[in-house]
This record gives sequence, C-alpha cells and structure tokens, in this order.
Amino acid sequence: MLKKLVKNTYISAIILFLYFPLFLLVYLSFNDAQYSNQWHQFSLQWFKELFNDKQLIDSLVNSLILAFFSSLIATFNSVIATTLLVLQRSHKLLQKFLLIPSFLIILPDLILGVGFLIILNVLNIPFGFISLLIAHITFCMPFIIFSIIAKIKLFNRNYYLASLDLGASKFYTWRKVIMPILSPAIISAFFLGFTLSFDDVIISYFVAGPEFNILPLTIFGMIRNGATPELNALCTMTLLFSLILIIIAQYKLRKS
Amino acid sequence: MNTKNIFPKIIVSWLLIFSLLPAIMLVGISLLTPDISSMVHLPVTFSHYKNLIDPLFFRIAVRSFFLAGLTTFFCLLLAYPFAFFILNISHKSLVIILILIPFWTSSLIRTYAMVDLLKWHGTINNILLKLHLISTPLSLLYSNYAVLTGLVYNLLPFMILPIYNGMQSIDQKCIDAARDLGATRLQIFVKVFWPQSQKGVINGVLMVLLPAMTLFYIPNILGGAKSILIGNLIQNEFIFLNNWPQGAATSTFLSIILVIFFGISQSKGMKN
Repeated sequence: MLKKLVKNTYISAIILFLYFPLFLLVYLSFNDAQYSNQWHQFSLQWFKELFNDKQLIDSLVNSLILAFFSSLIATFNSVIATTLLVLQRSHKLLQKFLLIPSFLIILPDLILGVGFLIILNVLNIPFGFISLLIAHITFCMPFIIFSIIAKIKLFNRNYYLASLDLGASKFYTWRKVIMPILSPAIISAFFLGFTLSFDDVIISYFVAGPEFNILPLTIFGMIRNGATPELNALCTMTLLFSLILIIIAQYKLRKS
Repeated sequence: MNTKNIFPKIIVSWLLIFSLLPAIMLVGISLLTPDISSMVHLPVTFSHYKNLIDPLFFRIAVRSFFLAGLTTFFCLLLAYPFAFFILNISHKSLVIILILIPFWTSSLIRTYAMVDLLKWHGTINNILLKLHLISTPLSLLYSNYAVLTGLVYNLLPFMILPIYNGMQSIDQKCIDAARDLGATRLQIFVKVFWPQSQKGVINGVLMVLLPAMTLFYIPNILGGAKSILIGNLIQNEFIFLNNWPQGAATSTFLSIILVIFFGISQSKGMKN
C-alpha cells in the first residue's frame, strides 16, 4: 500500500515537473499584465495581439509549408528506397544503406547546421525557402527511415509476388498492395518528420534567410528582445491544438 | 546497372552531398585562414587548433562537459525510477502520451516558460516570499543553475523513453526464475534487472549528453555572461565573428569528443 503511494507520488511529481511551467504559461496568457506574474484580471488581450501579429502569423504559415513539403519529400523517398531494398531481401545491401543514416542520427544538430552553412555557400544556393527545404529534408530523412524500417521489414513479400503473378504492373502493385498495407507506418513517419521540421531551431538558425521567416526563429527573436505575453497565448494555442489532435487520434484508434 | 536501386542510391548520394561532404569540408576549413570577403583562404595553418589550448577556451570546454555531465546525471536520476515505476501500472500508455505531449510545443517556448518561473518577480520567488522563506527575491535567472534546470527540463523525456523501451524488453521469465531460485528483491535488481536495462541507459545518456553541449539557445535564453558553452562558441564564431576556420576547428574538436563517447558506449553495449 505504502509502496504504491510512493510510486504514484513519484510518477505524478515528474509529470507535474514537465507540465507546471507549461500550465503557468497558459495561466499567464489570460492575465491582463505585461511583466508581472501576479494575477490582475482576466483578459483575452494577448490572444488578440497574437492573431493580429502579421509577422508571427506569416512565419507560422511558412513553417507549416516548410514542414509539410520537407516531410512529404523525405517520407516519399525513404519509403520507396527502404521498401525496394527490403523486397530484394539482401541483408548486406540494407546494412550498407543504413550506415550513413545511423551515423547522422547521432550527429548533433549543431554540426549538421554548420555543415549546411558551408555547403550551401559553396554550392551558391541562396538562403531562403530552398536552403531550408534542403536542410530539413536531409536531417529528417534518417529519423523517418528508422521509424519505418521495422514495419517495412514485417511486410509479407508474398503479397507483392502474388500481385505480380496475377498480372498487376509494378506501379499498380505499389499503389494497391504495398501502400495500403504500409499506410499507418507511412503516416506516422510523415508526422514524425513534420514535427521534427516544425520544431527545429538549431539547423534553421544557420540556413534561414531574411526573406523567409519561420516560426521557431521568430519566437527566438521575440524572446531575445524581451518577450511579450503573446508567447504565452501562442503556447496555450499549441497545447490546445495538440490536445485536439490526440483526442482525434484516440478516437480513430478506438474505432479501428 | 540495375534500375531497382536508383532510389536508395539517390538517398545515399543526397545524404553524402549534404551531410558527410560538409563534415569533411569542416575539417578542411579548420586548417585555413579566415578572410572577410571569401570567408577562407590559404595558407594552411594549425593556429585555430592551437587556440583550443588557450585557457579561455579550456574553461568553456570544462564548463560544457561539467554542465552536460550534471544534466545527464540529473536526467538519469529522475528518469530511471520513473521508467521503472511505470513499467507495471495500468495506465501505462496514458503516462507515455503525457510524456510526449510537451514535445509538440516548441522547445523554445518550453525554455521561455523557465524564464517566467525563475525571474526576479517570477513564480518561484513569489512563492518563497509568500511563505516567508526569503525576504528578498533570489536571482535565479541568468545563471548556470538556470541553464542546468532548462537543460534537464528539455532533455528529460529523451532519457525516459530509451530507458523505458530497454526495460520493456526485459524478459519477465528471467525475473521469475531468479525469484524461484530464492533471490531477494535487491539481488534480482542488481544481478538480473540492472544489467539488462543498461542498454537503454546507454542510449538515453547518448541522447542527452551530446545535445546538452550543443543546444545553444538554452544558454542564450537562460544563461548569463558566464554560461557560454561550446555550442554558443561555435554559434558565435560562425554567425557573429565570421571566423569560419575557428568555428570549424571547435566543431571538429566537438565531433572528435562525440566519436570517442560513441565508441565507448558501443563497446559497452557489445559487452552486454
């Protein structure tokens, strides 16, 4: 009995440690005060300012576009390449293919970011959307490959062979047999890539240009210039958004 | 030439061009001389590596390792019992989701939340003042303590998840067998459970120790003038000082440390 109490208290304490700062931001986002943490009065002022902040909204849209395309391209290429290799059933080839991605996963973002800064300068690629896209595709790809490889390895090769035997073209087999079976893994890999890209600060810091602002860098700038409670409102909105996504995901899971 | 392997080949060459090639160029650049217009030029020099022995750099390096080590230690201290406790509770998946949700908010905002907590008129000072434990607010923000707190806060889930995954794959039968053979709880933990959970611990340490040195935005936001870490140094050398060779030398130094850490952890993993 006592043991259970200790256990539950510890678990709750860690979760509280992770959430208390976030809840504090949510609480302050409704507070009508610029600097103080004391409660003044309920107000939606910071939300109003958030929605009217054109720079912030622009960078949010840019971040969403960037995360969508970099994750889409990275997922598409990773899925096709990994599936092709698994279908060949050559353990050695697969091992060789995974060598670089497994190295890149442990390489700190900072080294990658500095590397992008150098190579983009050498190749004379202008800093902006294209440079960010290249960088984000590259750093997402290893994580995406490793998140799908276990699922792809479980794919029953006989379905593929049977489809070909029955006269389906390769493209038709991909569309009608392989993709539907792998789709849950592909979707979760896409979301992993999306989150990684959307959240990245360090790599973007080195490769972003002045014309294409993205959300993490805008937030970084705001914090360094002495933050406004707008950021608290942004935090509240993100948490609300995650909550909705989780509820939808749970609902879908229950249904299937 | 077989067409089947075109996609894998595209990916491998893409990764080579955009990640491994720059890593090699980084080493090359670290041996050149800085230049204002073209960033680098000849002649080859080792002076940037000599600068790394400079006491000023040495102090920053030691501080980085120390702070990263402390971060790893605290994360491990908090995460190991946590992963152990949630191993056999009924709402396991709920707790895991709760651990993952903070990931979805920007890590910058999570770091910024620490500012609200630690600042002069922040929540912690307000609570302590109300409880009459202190008479004047403590200056918690812009210190190495604040950086440490921010790092632990940001990196804790990266320690919990690998340890939890490692523990989950431990065969319950081994534990049952040990119990049947008369081992005490302590013996079971020391001789059966701990050795098998070590692989997860090593993965967790790798996930925390290296980022702790390179997440430059956390010292930028929470630290003071004395909280510069290696990551900030590299950031400054590339972005503000435009001294690419020095930045490249520092990055190369960091990469060498990383390879050493990785080598040690892999050889430890092999032994188990």
